[in-house]
Amino acid sequence: MLLRDATPSDPLTLLRARVHEAEGRGRRAFALFQAVRHQGPLVWVLPSHVPELPMLRGLPEGVGERLHVIRPEGEVDLLWCVEEALRSAPIALVIAEPDKPLSLTAGRRLQLAAEAGRTTGLLLIRAGAGSNATETRWNCEPAASAAADSTLHRWSLNKNKRGTIGIWTLNWNGASPAVHMVSEARQRHEPQGSPR
Amino acid sequence: MSLADARAICPDLATRPADLAREAAALANLRRWAGRYAPMVATDGVDGLMADISGVPHLFGGESGLRDDLQARLEKMGLHATSAIAGTRGAAHALARHGGGIVADGRLAQGIGHLPVTALRVDHDTAEALARVGLARIADLVHLPRAPLARRFGAGLVLRLDQALGAQAEPVAAEQDAPHFGVRMTLPEPIGKQEDVMAGLSRLLERLCAKLAQHRMGARRVRLELRRVDRGTAQVEIGLARPMRDPARIAALFAKDVEGVDSGFGLDELRLSAPVTEPLAPEQIGGSPTTRHDDALADLLSSVGNRIGFDRVLRLLPAASLIPERSFLLAPAAYSTPEPIPHRTRVARPIILFPPEPVTAASGTPPASFRWRRMRFTTLRATGPERITPEWWFDDPAWRSGLRDYWRIETQEGPRLWLFQTPQTPSWASPEAQNWYVQGEFA
Repeated sequence: MLLRDATPSDPLTLLRARVHEAEGRGRRAFALFQAVRHQGPLVWVLPSHVPELPMLRGLPEGVGERLHVIRPEGEVDLLWCVEEALRSAPIALVIAEPDKPLSLTAGRRLQLAAEAGRTTGLLLIRAGAGSNATETRWNCEPAASAAADSTLHRWSLNKNKRGTIGIWTLNWNGASPAVHMVSEARQRHEPQGSPR
Repeated sequence: MSLADARAICPDLATRPADLAREAAALANLRRWAGRYAPMVATDGVDGLMADISGVPHLFGGESGLRDDLQARLEKMGLHATSAIAGTRGAAHALARHGGGIVADGRLAQGIGHLPVTALRVDHDTAEALARVGLARIADLVHLPRAPLARRFGAGLVLRLDQALGAQAEPVAAEQDAPHFGVRMTLPEPIGKQEDVMAGLSRLLERLCAKLAQHRMGARRVRLELRRVDRGTAQVEIGLARPMRDPARIAALFAKDVEGVDSGFGLDELRLSAPVTEPLAPEQIGGSPTTRHDDALADLLSSVGNRIGFDRVLRLLPAASLIPERSFLLAPAAYSTPEPIPHRTRVARPIILFPPEPVTAASGTPPASFRWRRMRFTTLRATGPERITPEWWFDDPAWRSGLRDYWRIETQEGPRLWLFQTPQTPSWASPEAQNWYVQGEFA
């Protein structure tokens, strides 16, 4: 039986028990932003050859203590670790950085695992390496800001299986859970109402 | 004989340093073996064993029979040992170190009388003082009045003499054997199905976990050895993310590996042991949701660790260093506990850190524009510099270039980068004189 969660009211909240994707240069910041918003243990599956490590003293408050870093070697082990972590109930959020585009089978397997464990997954993918099975896909880019003390992020929701897409520009300093939406006058690029 | 003298006699002498730990382990093993002669066996110094054989010799045909049997077996093992049987611990100790033999009942003074006084376990100074007054043998001491002896040479000598002659009791203090966490099951008919092996395993696990609970220990590694009917063996070993003695949860971790075992013509013996154990106090299990969450998390770490290795399941721990690379540790999660992270420093730190990557086409300090990872960046705002000096007490190759001036650079293109410059690098070392590197990315 498939339990359908209600679509979250806050547009930046990831739907629970599903696997999402984020791409772009700001994808790790987006992952940490989501990590702050999930209560409970966090798992970051990072292939062993990736040099970029989360720096403990720069992480948002309360994330470093809860974070487990799993460094598998090879794509098969990585997918196995992600699936195992998604199936485990106490984990709040699983962040993974796969090297290759996921096959539809692998993406679907991860969705089933997330539903079984009621865990949210977030895959940080290379640009254009998305899977069709994903629930939402975000394109995250850091944005330059005119004011000195604001750190702007432009997060655009490119694909959403259960709602509309959109672009948000917001100011998040990478430390606290608080964010400020930055309103920006813009033209509508997407057709109204129909999800892709 | 000193080593120099020995070398002078035989220049080709092969020498090897003494390995005290292994010698002690060998002696402990020998002590276990000597349990076949007596219920109470203790190690005696670093090179001896002391057994209380009261009531035992008739099983071997008398004391001489027992001693012959012991000597023959040790000879067979390749050990040249000397043994002695006497009525007291002190006399047996003295005799065993001076030729060995048997002292008949009630003839202690005669039996050890001819031995030198050093055999009495007295310290060097006392032995020397005794030799100076001409008391060389134990027989010389036995008939002397005790009070002047004690006044002149100390109470230690009298105590040792009394212990050797039986006037003072001295029991054999045998240390307790360390508990052995291993169980086995022999089957009348061979089995081959996976369910059968798992059923046997769960029976063994119950016994093993009961034994662990009795000693308040938890297993850290569990090993299952399966013997086939053709005498081949298969071995399955799992690790646990934290000490554990819950049969059902340990069995779940075995399920995957047992599947891959080749049972051949069938398995007829299962042997389960816990080679690595840690103390585990009794605790409330399965009660509150927190406990259940901790258990489930430990299960996840165990299963992931068993597949990809426990050194790849990590946790971030703070470290007391200002050097960015050493300001945190990646420690195996199974062997560490989360530590509170110290308060954030005033200066901002990046969220992502990577090994320094040089930038090219940098202009100015801080660079107004630069190229990094084949992208062109223009500086919008620069914060800094923050000077970090290398830790001179570590020789870190990455920090041989000296000081680093760190800048937080906000670029026109969006990314907020952590750049540093190495002002101490001499210009001849890098011809373009561009000592700018990127080491991190801010949120």
